[in-house]
Order: sequence, then structure tokens, then C-alpha cells
Amino acid sequence: MSSTTTAPKKGFDFKAFLANNGALVGLVILCLALFIATPRFLTGPNLLNIGIQVSTIAVMAFGMTFVIVAAGIDLSVGSVAALSAMGSSYAVTTAGLPDGLSIPIGLAVGALCGWVTGAMSAYGKLPTFIASLAMLTVVRGLTLVISDGRPISTSASVSWLGDDLGPIPMPIIILVLSGLVAAFVLNRTVTGKNAFAVGGNTEAARLSGIPVKRVLVTVFVISGVFAALSGMILAGRLDSAQPTLASGYELDAIAAVVIGGASLSGGVGRISGTLIGALVLAVIRNGLNLLSVSAFWQQVVIGAVIAIAVGFDVLRRKNVKH
Amino acid sequence: MSNEALLVLDRVCKSFGPVRVIDEVTVQVHAGKVSVLLGENGAGKSTLIKMIAGVHEPDAGRILLDGAEVRIPDTKASEALGIATIHQELNLVPSMTIAENITLGRVPRRFGIINRRAMRRIARDALDQLGLNLDVDTEVGELGLAQQQLVEIAKALSLDARVLILDEPTAALTTSEIAHLFSVVNRLKAQGVGMVFISHHLDEIAEIGDYVNVLRDGKFIATVPADTDENELVRLMVGRDIEAQFPRVAQQPGEHELLSVQNLSVGMLQDVSLAVRPGEVVALAGLMGAGRTELIRAIAGADKYSSGSVSVAGKKLPSFDVAAATRAGIGHVPEDRKTQGLVLDASVAENIGYATMAATSRGGLVDRKGQRARTQEVAARLRIRMGSIDQPIRSLSGGNQQKAVFGRWFTAGAKVLLLDEPTRGVDVGAKVEIYELINEITAAGGCVLMASSELPEVLGMSDRVLVMSQGRIAGELVTADATQDSIMALAVSNVHREEEMGTK
Repeated sequence: MSSTTTAPKKGFDFKAFLANNGALVGLVILCLALFIATPRFLTGPNLLNIGIQVSTIAVMAFGMTFVIVAAGIDLSVGSVAALSAMGSSYAVTTAGLPDGLSIPIGLAVGALCGWVTGAMSAYGKLPTFIASLAMLTVVRGLTLVISDGRPISTSASVSWLGDDLGPIPMPIIILVLSGLVAAFVLNRTVTGKNAFAVGGNTEAARLSGIPVKRVLVTVFVISGVFAALSGMILAGRLDSAQPTLASGYELDAIAAVVIGGASLSGGVGRISGTLIGALVLAVIRNGLNLLSVSAFWQQVVIGAVIAIAVGFDVLRRKNVKH
Repeated sequence: MSNEALLVLDRVCKSFGPVRVIDEVTVQVHAGKVSVLLGENGAGKSTLIKMIAGVHEPDAGRILLDGAEVRIPDTKASEALGIATIHQELNLVPSMTIAENITLGRVPRRFGIINRRAMRRIARDALDQLGLNLDVDTEVGELGLAQQQLVEIAKALSLDARVLILDEPTAALTTSEIAHLFSVVNRLKAQGVGMVFISHHLDEIAEIGDYVNVLRDGKFIATVPADTDENELVRLMVGRDIEAQFPRVAQQPGEHELLSVQNLSVGMLQDVSLAVRPGEVVALAGLMGAGRTELIRAIAGADKYSSGSVSVAGKKLPSFDVAAATRAGIGHVPEDRKTQGLVLDASVAENIGYATMAATSRGGLVDRKGQRARTQEVAARLRIRMGSIDQPIRSLSGGNQQKAVFGRWFTAGAKVLLLDEPTRGVDVGAKVEIYELINEITAAGGCVLMASSELPEVLGMSDRVLVMSQGRIAGELVTADATQDSIMALAVSNVHREEEMGTK
């Protein structure tokens, strides 16, 4: 009998793998289905297209992962992306600062917005939902004020973010690099690990001497910086910073994080999962476009996918815990 | 014996991943008898119960009901077979009446409309069976915990339960409530209900049980009569002799105060001063709400205090600053490990490592190798029983989870341990191990301030007792000269005085 205690049944590991990587399995199935359905799916140009599509949402969602792991939510990222894109371009094309400062200014704007949201919830005790909802409106308003409601042309360096580097589009390169950085920060640094502790059990974290408020502010700053980067990529691709840029993107970013297996109650989340979540959304959109499904129906499908993906995850968790 | 058994678990096994938590266990439940399930936390009692309740199916072995093999794939099946489980967390809707709760999910209807009269009759019958005199229209939320528990039992009986599983039903009850529960259990015995009873209180076993099934590490050890000597039960349960339930090794206290609290006031705490020297264990006794937890939390930096001071080794600590307290050598084991002590989704290693993660980091990066080595060393030293240090702490038993909270402060090298109910919900074997940890700290020149509601623990493990009453320290006793009565006399002293003043 003792042999059975040590050697788990064959196929068990495979099942566990499936259970733990539901989103990945879903993505693979999705790709296979599209591969069979249309010859246009698995072509170089189309895959690059998906890569560019996914980059803005994924980069934004990487930052969102930090906030959600810490049991918060950041609804302001779409607006922050717009203000950062606007600010980075405005500083150069209108205010006449050197082009080299453009991207740093954009990132700083994002960090500042994140800091304000984080401080409101950490020190002002506003729920993160409310603090970031307020910022969503405030920041979008500021963007409109600065631009006077009109698009402005991007600085050279922001445009460069939307160009190609050799055969590979810059957004994809930024996607990969920022993913690596995000994963490193989340898993290897004290800040990242503290985010898990705070999200998992705030009181236990506090009683262990973890500076809960500082952690909360930090995750929002991180979210703001990633949102800024995402916004500048988007502006770079369009070669113009528009005041309505990335409007509504916060919901896609949240969806990507949640499809990737993070828990909205905090303490659980992976950057790789978030990337897969963003890919699932992008591939579905792309596939539906290739299959000429109307944009109206696409919304219905995406909503259903979010519900199904999270539903599976809830089932999985129920089976794992005993 | 076996042919008349109501319910038999026959050589059942269950594994979670590679860990076999139940290994060929055979347990019998007889009509009209109370079968006690005894074992340390992690021995497999909960898993066994969940097999009967239909939460887990056994990997191997059979379940027999009235001699016929049955399968219990889910809780519905368990219910249909006449098996009911009363968990510690009750499954009642507080905002609904007793009658509504008892008939929940099978409301009697006439022409599609709820038949309130039939509903009340079903509930009334169920309560009568237990000899309970409660108004069936009372909202369950208005009842005390003990009465809610009885309502849940009544609900089970009205579903024709023949096997009743009581999972630590006495854990949260007062002495008189326990007596009432036991009278109900005896009534059910007479009605031929077979019961499985789980408790950590050994003295209850002889009183209510008929025979005891002892489990250890997922294996069946023995079935013995319920009047077996307590020491023998403990020996069967932990697999070795426990020489002393309270193995306190007193130290010669050091000269200088290690922890000193001066005139601390906040909320209900009024002008509290105390000092603990190296090598000492000082207990904080008192009634519920006397301010023990508030005092511990204020010292630990978890709560603000308005006046007074806390010093460690002569150095004054800032108020409301856990990180500063931690750096000064304070370690706080809070009252409720699940809500205040642990991050349940995180691993054992992470939970042990929280207090040292920032201090050992380099350039903001976690010292992964070092943290791993430190936590592994402490987990081994504290004999935390687990499959791997990377498993979620949620899956450990209560005693091992509590040891992990201690482990966090051992890793951090804490010199001043603040313990709040350190052995609540912890079984005998793990309790003794936790007491050994207290000895270890004091032998190394540290000190312990321990709030505890269990007087045997206070008398068994401390050197001095500070008795609190209504936010003040009502008196101090040397443990060697103290008795339960002398502690209680101090604990109620202020209460009496104020009552007298009130009547005058």
C-alpha cells in the first residue's frame, strides 16, 4: 500500500496542470479553433497585429495585477494612460522641452496619478474602488483641459514607441520587457511580496510589521507607471495623443488580470496569467474580426468569455481547497 | 459488535496529492451510542468526517450503512442516507425564524403558498424531540450560540437523521450550556441515534462517550472504552508519553527589566504599569473583556495609546508602530491566527518569513536563499508537521499553524513574546510543544507576557500572574502561591466594588 502514498497516479499531474492553467488551455484551444476556422489566423502579419493589439492592454494589466494582488482595484488607468500620453507630448511639442524628457515626463505623470490614488485610499481611508473612480474622472478632465479637447501630435520619442525595430514592432518589445520587469518586481522584491501579504490578510501583514499603507501607495504608483507606458505606446501607434485615448481600457485590463487567475479579494495573481488573460481577449477580438462577426456581437462574446473564465476559476478553487 | 453497527467505515483511505491523510481507518457507529473520535489536529478527524458527510469520497475502502455498502458522493447523498453533520460554523440563516430554518429547502406548501401552520408543527415536533422549549417564531439571530446549535440538531432530526456527527460542539459553550447539550445527547441516545463526537476536552469524553476511536497521523490506533484514563488517552493520541501537561522550567529572572510598561492608558485601559524581566513568564488573567487583548495589542504597537510608555531593555518605543516594536525585539502572537496571524493563501515559508523579509533584503530584493534556509530551519526546530514548506499554510492543522506564527518571531529573534491565547484551538500534543517553545525563549534570556483565559494554563506555565479587571491591573500573584480561586477573586474584585457602589 505504501507505494500508492508516494507515487501519485499517472495522469494526475496532467489534470493538475490543466486545473492550474485553465486560461492557458483556453487560449490554446482558442488558437487551434481559429487556425482551423480561418487560414488568415496563423499568418505572420496577423500574429504581429495581435501582438500590437495585446501590448497596450497587457502593459496596463501588468500594473493592475499589483493593485489587485494587494486586494485593491484601479479604475483610473485608462484616464492615466491618456493624461500621460498627453503630458509627454505636450511637454515637447507645445511647451518646447527637449525630446529626451518626453518619456520620463509621461512616466512621472503616471506615477504621480498613482501616488494620489494610493494616498487617498491608504491615508484618506477611501475604498480603492472609490478613490480610483474619482481619479478616473479627474484625470480624464485634466487631459481635456490640457488639450482643450483636441488631439495633439506626439513627440518624436513617443512616436518611436509605436514604430518598428527592424522586423519587430516596438510595442511587442516593450510588452516583453515590461512583463519581465513586472514579474521580477512582483516575485523577487520585498515590495512585491508585501503586496501579496497585504492582499492576503491586511491585519496579519500589519501585525508582522509590514508597512501596509506604504505598500498600498506603492502598488498604485506601479499601476500608474505601467498605465503611462501603455498610454504612450497607444499614442505612438496613432502618432497623436488624443484626449479620449484608452477610454474604457481599465475594464479590459481588469478582465485580463482576472482571466489570468488573480483573485479580486487579493493575495493571488501572476504576471504570466495576466499576459495570458490579455492574449485571450486579443485573440478573441482578432478571431471575430477575421470571421467578420459584427463589432456589436463581439461585445456579447467577450462578456461571456469573462464570465466563463472566472466561473471555471471559482470551480477550480473550490476543488483545490478542502 | 460489527454486525449490529449502524455505520461502518471499513479500511477507508484518502490522499491529497502525494500525502495520505487517511490510511486504512476503520470506524464504527452504533445506534444509541456515542463514538468519540480522538486525535491531534491533523490526525485526520476532519477528513474522516467529510467522508461521512459526502465532501470527500474515499480512495479505497468501503462505507457500510446497515451492513450494505453505500456511496456518498455529495452532501445530498449523505442527507438522504440519514446522516447529519453539525459543524462548528453553523449553517443557519440568522435573519429567519427557527421554524423557517428547520424547514429550509423543504417548506411545506399548499397551492404553492407557504403553509405556515404545517411549518410551525414540523419545527415544534423537532424541538420537542430534544426537549427544547423555544418559540419557533424567534429569529435565529436572536439566539445564543448554544441554542443555535440545538436548533441545528433539531433540523437534522426533522430530516430523520440516524447518524449525527458533532464536530467540536462544546468548543464555544459555557459549562451550563455543555451540560444542557449533553442532556440532549443522552436523550438522542435513548432514541437510538448513533453519534460521532469530536472534542479536544478529554474530561468530556468519559462523561458523554461510550467508546473512543483514536487516530494518529491518519492511521487508526485503537478503540478503547470511554472511561479510559486521560493520560492513557493522551499517550494513544500523541504516540508517546507526555510527562507533564505544563512543562514549565522556571529560570532565575535577570536583573534588569526587559519589558516595561508605564502608566499606559487608552480606551478601557487605565493607568496600566507592569514589568517583565528576562527569563520570566508573566500571565495576564482576567474575565472576558477585562482588557487583556487591548493591553497586548497596545504594547505590540498594533493599537494607538494616548498616554504612558512602553520600553524594551530601557529603550522607549513609539506608539502604534509595529515595525519599531519588531525591531526592538517584540514578537506578537495575536488572539486569532486565521484573521490576524496568517496569510492563509501564502505558503508556510512565506508566513514564517514575513517579519524578516524586509530586514534581510538587499537593494529591495528578497534574500530568497537566506529566507528559505531560515524558515526551513525554524520549521524543523518547531516540528511543524507539513508536506513541504511551500504548501499553503491553509492546509496545516491549527496547532501547526500556530507554531508557524511562533516561528515567525523565532526567525526574527524576538526577545519579548506577547502571546494572546497561545493555545486556543490547539490539541494536547501541540500545546505541550508550544509550552516548550515558551521555555526555550525564557531559557535564552527572553521573556513572555501571556494573556490566557485558561486558568490551568496560567497556573501551569507562568511565574507570576497579573490579574486584570475592567482595564486595570487588579492585583499580582506569584504563581506558586496562586490558585484558581485567588485569581478569580481578583478578576471580579472591581466588578463587585462597582456593583456595591451602584446599589448604594
